[in-house]
Amino acid sequence: MATTTMTMAKALNEGLRRAMEKNKKVLLMGEDIGKLGGVFRITDGLQKDFGEDRVIDAPLAESAIVGTAVGLAIRGYRTIVEIQFDGFVYPAFDQIVSQVAKLHKRSDGVYNMGLVIRLPFQGGIGAIEHHSESPEAYFAQTAGLRVVSCSTANDAYWMIQQSIEHDDPIIFCEPMSRYWEKGEVDLENPPHGLFDAVVRREGSDVTIVGYGASLKTILRAADTAQTEGISVEVIDARSLAPLDLDTMIASINKTGRLIAVQESPHTASVGSEIVAELSERCFYSLRAPGVRVSGYHVPYPPTRLEDDYRPTVDRILDAVDRVMGF
Amino acid sequence: MADEELVQLLSPEGERVTQKDYESTLSGDQIFGFYRDMVIIRRICNEGTSLQRQGQLALWAPIQGQEAAQIGAGRALGPMDFTFPTYREHGIAWCRGIPPVDWFRLFRAVSNGGWDPQKYRHSVPTVVLGNQALNAVGYAMGVQRDGAEEAVVAFFGDGASSQGDVLESFVWAASFNAPVVFFLQNNQWAISEPSSLQAKIPLYHRAEGFGFPGVRVDGNDVLAVYEVTRRALELARVGGGPTLIEAFTYRMGAHTTSDDPTRYRVDAEVEVWKHRDPVERVKSLLVHEYKVKKTALNEVTAEAEAMALQLREDVLAMGRPDPITMFDHAYAAPHPLIDEGRREMIEMGISGGSH
Repeated sequence: MATTTMTMAKALNEGLRRAMEKNKKVLLMGEDIGKLGGVFRITDGLQKDFGEDRVIDAPLAESAIVGTAVGLAIRGYRTIVEIQFDGFVYPAFDQIVSQVAKLHKRSDGVYNMGLVIRLPFQGGIGAIEHHSESPEAYFAQTAGLRVVSCSTANDAYWMIQQSIEHDDPIIFCEPMSRYWEKGEVDLENPPHGLFDAVVRREGSDVTIVGYGASLKTILRAADTAQTEGISVEVIDARSLAPLDLDTMIASINKTGRLIAVQESPHTASVGSEIVAELSERCFYSLRAPGVRVSGYHVPYPPTRLEDDYRPTVDRILDAVDRVMGF
Repeated sequence: MADEELVQLLSPEGERVTQKDYESTLSGDQIFGFYRDMVIIRRICNEGTSLQRQGQLALWAPIQGQEAAQIGAGRALGPMDFTFPTYREHGIAWCRGIPPVDWFRLFRAVSNGGWDPQKYRHSVPTVVLGNQALNAVGYAMGVQRDGAEEAVVAFFGDGASSQGDVLESFVWAASFNAPVVFFLQNNQWAISEPSSLQAKIPLYHRAEGFGFPGVRVDGNDVLAVYEVTRRALELARVGGGPTLIEAFTYRMGAHTTSDDPTRYRVDAEVEVWKHRDPVERVKSLLVHEYKVKKTALNEVTAEAEAMALQLREDVLAMGRPDPITMFDHAYAAPHPLIDEGRREMIEMGISGGSH
């Protein structure tokens, strides 16, 4: 097995490079992705190697970035667009929900809307406003779209390639705060299917489901819980829409307790969907109501306060206590 | 109308107009063909209004008054050009060879599209104003990358010209020198709002600020629309970049069948535009210059009448689709919620499951 250690940012870069080498119809488009390599350097060096026609520095208009990617898709190109930060995706929301999500249907299956919208998301980077949001639920609710998120370098490398090869449009959520963390990447074999949830740690008392940047926090909470004699099973949801319920159901049938962790607010969130689905499907296995640990129902706070907004180890452990003590 | 700004080759009275920059290249047969096109789509659109009034359509968007704008543009298209319409481009759909019944699927509320957009090189209807302008520019960027000599047309109206997507599409088309023609039908009214609310300058002037040419053409003059569009398409195909064409025209009827134009515009205005009718002026030219006989004109009327009746039959025959078809093509790849929905519909007896 050829594995190598790299950051998630580099893994994404290598995944994009490999996809571009494999398929000449793959294009990248976004703001500052050319010479600069993107504000997070995810596309570093790609314009130099693949040219300005394939790695396109976009004028500063998000609706146009997505709207022209739609036209390119109709023409047979497969465009990976970079939205510079989560909070800048909203100008493109109309194109995403009205065209990207619906044109395959509206054309009776004639148009292939295979395109990927890369969305750096979640907080933890100490940024100013609009650079730390978790907008995934807006897209998860839209029929026609799929939403995925990576939490490791290996997943980043493979999931971006799998997303590019997939024929439905994909919102690809990248946890910015994990871009610089290193991990082992297997360059030969993809570890999982794109829409599979993965058990990151096995346990028997509580199941905690999360995604993106939350995974690392959950795993730390699981370590602490272990010292208190509580065995936590940790599931990386990976695919937020559709959810891989089978993996989660198997876990709940074993542990009987559920916690969903996310940085977005509770209301109408991916975590809400996880709790609702599993309550419906695992009612007799559950020993306690499923609970959510989320961001608060406030605009993302000034980042001096973000550590008290994002789910922390303490807040997750508090939830563990609640489901254990129910 | 400030006439010096307006490209016109045929006066409202049906007399030739000499222009510095454009001249008509059309033969008598071609002009007769355009006349036939316009008569047919006018008749079919009137049938659409009747069908809606009789409760057979959810909605209809008539184009009466805009026939020359659409036929002139539609007939200028090359076979490989690709067009992005709104929901009102019936004349373009006609020129692209799409059977009229297919334009009605959207309005009969049995489909959100209605035809194979790749087969006819005419995209599916866009109802959200202006979205298609960006999609057209993206398609044009693909044409560029393919090295193909093809042009792309984005259709929209004076109302949509205020949309961010349309203005962003101007930026992009200019930046990338995209082979796209923006065909703006200024029909003076966006439901109840006059075009003066959308722009304080002639709309075609906007192009200059974005860095490409704009031209205003008499949208009720099919000869002029044809020549102006043809030249813009040729420019686009050979790498000359985008053009904004403002076809200055008038929506003689309502915005849609849900609208009552008597609430917001005066009869006198409509009367003025009646004298600029796009069909009558071509008819006058055909009769006087080409000596086309009344019988030939009557044959066209009869043909249009027969097509309208056939259309009526086809529309009435268009039944409610099997509910399970709503799951078709929602996604390209298998999806658990689609499977679940299908299963539920079959279990509930809502559908037999055939699709």
